Amino acid sequence: MSTELNNIRELAGREYKWGFITEIDEDRIPRGLNEDIIHLISKLKREPEFMLQWRLKAYRHWASLEKAQAEPKWANVKYPPIDYQDIVYYSAPKNKPALDSLEQVDPEVLRTYEKLGIPLSEQKMLAGVAVDAVFDSVSVVTTFKEKLAELGIIFCSFSEAVQNYPELVQKYLGSVVPYTDNFFAALNAAVFSDGSFVYVPKGVRCPMELSTYFRINAAETGQFERTLIVADDDSYVSYLEGCTAPIRDRNQLHAAVVELVALDNAQIKYSTVQNWYPGDKEGRGGIYNFVTKRGKCLGINSKISWTQVETGSAITWKYPSCILQGDNSIGEFYSVALTNNYQQADTGTKMIHLGKNTRSTIVSKGISAGHGQNTYRGGVKILKGAKGARNYTQCDSLLIGDKCGAHTFPYIEVRNASARMEHEASTSKIGDDQLFYLRQRGLKAEDAVSMIVNGFCKRVFRELPMEFAVEAQKLLSVSLEGSVG
Amino acid sequence: MSLLEIRNLHVRAAGHEILKGIDLRVDAGEVHAIMGPNGSGKSTLAQVLARRENYEVTEGEVWFDGKNLLAMKPEEAACEGLFMAFQYPLEIPGIGNSYFIRSALNAIRKYRGLPEMNAMEFLPFFREKLKLLEMDDKLANRSVNEGFSGGEKKRNEILQMAVLEPKLSILDETDSGLDIDALRIVARGVNAMRDPQRGMILVTHYQRLFNYVTPDFVHVLVDGRIVRSGGPELALELEETGYGHSEPNSQQAMPA
Repeated sequence: MSTELNNIRELAGREYKWGFITEIDEDRIPRGLNEDIIHLISKLKREPEFMLQWRLKAYRHWASLEKAQAEPKWANVKYPPIDYQDIVYYSAPKNKPALDSLEQVDPEVLRTYEKLGIPLSEQKMLAGVAVDAVFDSVSVVTTFKEKLAELGIIFCSFSEAVQNYPELVQKYLGSVVPYTDNFFAALNAAVFSDGSFVYVPKGVRCPMELSTYFRINAAETGQFERTLIVADDDSYVSYLEGCTAPIRDRNQLHAAVVELVALDNAQIKYSTVQNWYPGDKEGRGGIYNFVTKRGKCLGINSKISWTQVETGSAITWKYPSCILQGDNSIGEFYSVALTNNYQQADTGTKMIHLGKNTRSTIVSKGISAGHGQNTYRGGVKILKGAKGARNYTQCDSLLIGDKCGAHTFPYIEVRNASARMEHEASTSKIGDDQLFYLRQRGLKAEDAVSMIVNGFCKRVFRELPMEFAVEAQKLLSVSLEGSVG
Repeated sequence: MSLLEIRNLHVRAAGHEILKGIDLRVDAGEVHAIMGPNGSGKSTLAQVLARRENYEVTEGEVWFDGKNLLAMKPEEAACEGLFMAFQYPLEIPGIGNSYFIRSALNAIRKYRGLPEMNAMEFLPFFREKLKLLEMDDKLANRSVNEGFSGGEKKRNEILQMAVLEPKLSILDETDSGLDIDALRIVARGVNAMRDPQRGMILVTHYQRLFNYVTPDFVHVLVDGRIVRSGGPELALELEETGYGHSEPNSQQAMPA
């Protein structure tokens, strides 16, 4: 078993430790959003014409939605209106030529990643993990690129992909999450500045975990990254995503888009440990994490698995989903979402069954502490052609204290009578009896809570790559700090 | 110095006085049985000693190994060497039993300034204890008490006691709800823990445990007071006459 209570104990009692600010010169563009800004971003990134046109279409669509006040209001979260003209849409560390080697990266940025525990020099890297580091709006470095290139795997920043592999980008960009999908997806398409791009060619099993580490540093900027992963026939890739941000009093917007495409017999495993700054104990500051993530199982027998551990952000609005188009394709969603203090999370998934014998599994574990509000929102759709489709959903909530809330909104729509659906749900509370039992055995109250919560989340942690599982457990205990009196 | 010394302990819960002046001394090497009818305050006494927080001590003091027990948190009392086997052991889904017990042991070792035991060091030691209690290895890896039968839960309590090697063990009705085989196994664990360095308090409703474990002292608790104390023969007498008989004598009962 990988749980390390020692680590948890060491970490309990610490505040958000990733909250430091890196002093660095930034290239910023003027505040606000209009067509000129779109032109400027595209120009800064020396993009081909098709990208500019796509951005402009997205912007116009977004502007029409904004005018119609079509920002989504259905989520079970509350926040004051966002002034989209009061955000800086692009910020980059100044020292950024074409980045071919680590020597060209601003040493302050490198030190930032060291401090975060993500060393970027390949000698120091954890063996078996390649990292793309995104600092504010741009990717600063991608490690192990050459080694991956030998296998034909493309792993680079989105900006580089646009320059070097425009045909792949053009083919798949927006193919899973079109800019018309929703308000935040439209905004992202218009202004996204960077992100990661992965292409795994036919028959290749990616030999290492690919990872992107997102860091927001600059104040009053938004972060809008876009990740696109394409797994060609018979390929496999496991991808990890981590994120942190400094402590700032004002809320910051993070509106990312992730698109996954799995072709015949391909598998994509996508894991997230989301630890954006959650705001302080009174609910001041924190990241608004409004993210659209979706995977398309385009090919037969393909599989996409989402695993997420959401402990950060003031507000999380996020539904990593699967479109199961290929026959026999499989979609999975494993989620732990924790809300403490005044955090709000409205998260879940959609499984859309189109192909025959498609299967999906949903395991959601929501933990609410403090004044946290935690909502699971799920949609399972079995369409007419999805003969023999199956879904299993398990949705559990754990409450700590009596001021928090857990909410569940499962939507199920079945249009093929051969479908088999299972849904299990539970709500439990960490009780005094349970805590007393663990404390009577010698465990401190906070360690006792950590242990109960870790046990509750085990089914999901099991899906995470090893080093991420340990990280996730530590994060949970830190995030729970102060939740027991 | 006694291992445990309770002086004039008065305890209230939910507005009612439950313990009305308990005096009790337990020395190292002794096994004390506390018997009494339902609602007499037996479990309250056990829980107060284990430092359960929803009781109000209105009077009296308790010294454990020379330290003020009433000033300790539950985990401090545990780390000082006080163990309570629960009447209703709780489940911890998703946490393996051996991992849980090792975590508890390491919490206690850390408190005492001893190095923590890693899984490899722990395993042989743990296996030995499992064998003692005739517990299946499978129970070691299943989630704590989840899906355990009533008897397995009770045995698991004794297993934890055997691993944690407390100075003072309080068994809160560990014998109730056990079939005869389970009772024998539990008794074996209790007897194995008998040691000149350790004390034990067996809280029970029935005499039948004493067919396997012979206590040094038996105390009868009725309505928040110890009304009689004596040797093991007292348990047999109670079996015949019932607790009702004890009450008229309460005036001349001598605390141990």
